[in-house]
Amino acid sequence: MSSMDSSGLSDIIFISKSIKEQYGSEFRDRIVKSIYNRAGEVAKKVVKNNSEKKKDADKKIDDILTSKTFGIPLMLLLLAVVFWITLVGANYPSELIGKFLFWIQDRLTDLFMNMGAPSWLHGVIVLGFYRTLAWVVSVMLPPMAIFFPIFTLLEDLGYLPRIAFNLDHLFKKACAHGKQALTMCMGFGCNAAGVIACRIIESPRERLIAILTNNFVPCNGRFPTLIAIASIFIGGAVAPVYGPIIASLAVVGLVILGIAITLLVSYLLSKTLLKGVPSFFILELPPYRKPQVGRIIYTSIIDRTIFVLGRAVAVAAPAGALTYILGNIYINDMSIIAHAAHFLQPLGHALGMDGFILMAFILGFPANEIVLPILIMSYLSAGSMVDFNGLGMLKKILVDHGWTYLTALNVMLFSLLHFPCGTTIWTIRKETGSFKWTVLSALIPTAVAVIVCFIVTQVARMF
Amino acid sequence: MGFTRQAGTKEGMTDVFSIEKTSLDELVIALAGNPNTGKSTVFNALTGLHQHTGNWPGKTVANARGNYRHKDKTFILVDLPGTYSLLASSVEEQIARDFICFGKPDATIVVTDATCLERNLNLVLQVMELTNNVIVCVNLMDEAKRKNIEVDLKGLSRELSVPVIGTAAREGTGLKELMDTVYDVSMGIIKPVPKRMEYEEDIEEIIKDTMSKIEQYVKDPVVLRWLALRLIDGDKTIIDSIKEYMMADWEGRGDT
Repeated sequence: MSSMDSSGLSDIIFISKSIKEQYGSEFRDRIVKSIYNRAGEVAKKVVKNNSEKKKDADKKIDDILTSKTFGIPLMLLLLAVVFWITLVGANYPSELIGKFLFWIQDRLTDLFMNMGAPSWLHGVIVLGFYRTLAWVVSVMLPPMAIFFPIFTLLEDLGYLPRIAFNLDHLFKKACAHGKQALTMCMGFGCNAAGVIACRIIESPRERLIAILTNNFVPCNGRFPTLIAIASIFIGGAVAPVYGPIIASLAVVGLVILGIAITLLVSYLLSKTLLKGVPSFFILELPPYRKPQVGRIIYTSIIDRTIFVLGRAVAVAAPAGALTYILGNIYINDMSIIAHAAHFLQPLGHALGMDGFILMAFILGFPANEIVLPILIMSYLSAGSMVDFNGLGMLKKILVDHGWTYLTALNVMLFSLLHFPCGTTIWTIRKETGSFKWTVLSALIPTAVAVIVCFIVTQVARMF
Repeated sequence: MGFTRQAGTKEGMTDVFSIEKTSLDELVIALAGNPNTGKSTVFNALTGLHQHTGNWPGKTVANARGNYRHKDKTFILVDLPGTYSLLASSVEEQIARDFICFGKPDATIVVTDATCLERNLNLVLQVMELTNNVIVCVNLMDEAKRKNIEVDLKGLSRELSVPVIGTAAREGTGLKELMDTVYDVSMGIIKPVPKRMEYEEDIEEIIKDTMSKIEQYVKDPVVLRWLALRLIDGDKTIIDSIKEYMMADWEGRGDT
């Protein structure tokens, strides 16, 4: 490239201005039109299209999947089926993995005993570090190993843009960008990924709205929590045959609520802080493609499952050790954890939860995956040993610590709506480059979560 | 707000341009293409990486890059964001455009979808206005065959006067030939002379006039014509790009 100095630059700016004054903007359209015409000419010469059959088939499928009447119900049905498969499929392997990992825990305990290790060391490493790890793996791995491949399959088939198409007019009504539906879908995988995906939205205003509201759809760090609690407290309330169905419907209900809040907050933001009208865009509905099974399995297992699990384990194991230590250091007859939980208790109670739960959410800031394990750890921090026998044990622990259906509901709501995890916030800071919006991205969801839980609790307690 | 430029362009840019050749044996290849043409699949197939590919437009928002060796050279492949044009109406388009124009890759592959070639050709024609070293990769030939669509690759190559390679990247067909062609073009063994767009007479007049006004600043005749075109079509972002990549203090990096 040849050099250009500042006088050269001002020359060019001058030339560009004078062209604009002289001719206006008529050329851009004509230049673009010429290119399109030429593309058409060339294509006509070299492409021979012998059949429109596949296109017709695609169109017929799209007529149903994106129709005004059936589009959204079909989408929700599909979502429910996905959750149902996840719930039913995850139960047994979860129990199996749990049994195996807790069998190892017993062997580890034996080992420590035989070596004559001090009990605090056994506590921190086995009861803190290892037990949390076992929890995270056994509760999270099976649902993820089922959910992610299905989600990736839908993505590979080309269903995601159809979801965006179905939701487009809703987002338009909320004065947001239609592509926000796509970034929202990415949020189901991981909110940090969803926030990065917001780059596909050209207008800064609408991009910010999409970033600030991405957190309202549950990411896969939160899905296992929601699924576990839903299957215990909601699925468990009906006959075992219907359990998984009811539980999946409950999770679908939460997702719908999340989307509704996304739309509502988007609307409020565009009426207050981020005023403006939605801009136009062209959404291409890609052809349905035969999925590549090998790649789907690779992507969903390696890139998603192992990645998420690895992150959870990396954060959860030390957090488990820390929780154990905090739970076993006593100040005035009460462990540090109990002190903290005691401090948070009034707020927790007002929101239909307790101090331990709020503390678990706060300690779970680095990664949402560890909220439930931390909670269990803090409930059990006195060191009482419990044998793992699947979700039944989880229910027993929770009920023993005063959980009711209202608690379960509020935990799910709070988990759905509360502040984004550390990684997401860091990503938002990077993407917006603004401290103010980063703070707001944490404050808005937290405020929404507190308000919703407060109202639900107070209304429920009236009856 | 300072939001889009900060986050989208600036950072994206430093990202794109921070390719450091470690030796002369390395060649930089840009990978452009419409969204959802299997661009990421081509990228993965060539580099052996596993960037996630999804069947929806706008998947590649950040720039991935990977290496592969072919014959005696190492190729650094830069996966540009998928765009429908290079008219800089979005951050992605600006990134793709600036990389091809100012990043001076040794060759640019434009991945196209054999099942909807016409729409994809718009981008091909625009890339051809930016650089000589263009290779058109007509991907998804397998899908086109299933849909009974025939693409005359030789005819296309004749029409555009650039190398055209048909591939089915998911199955791995045509990749060897693509790599051979990339090698030949980037080494200068093949020197494509793309058949460029010709506009209506009055526009061509103004292009010539504008070119004469700015030719003292731009040596490369391809870039000269392209810059004149952008000035004429009133592209607002081009001044910024000139400032960023063509000013004297930038010379060391732009000129390779």
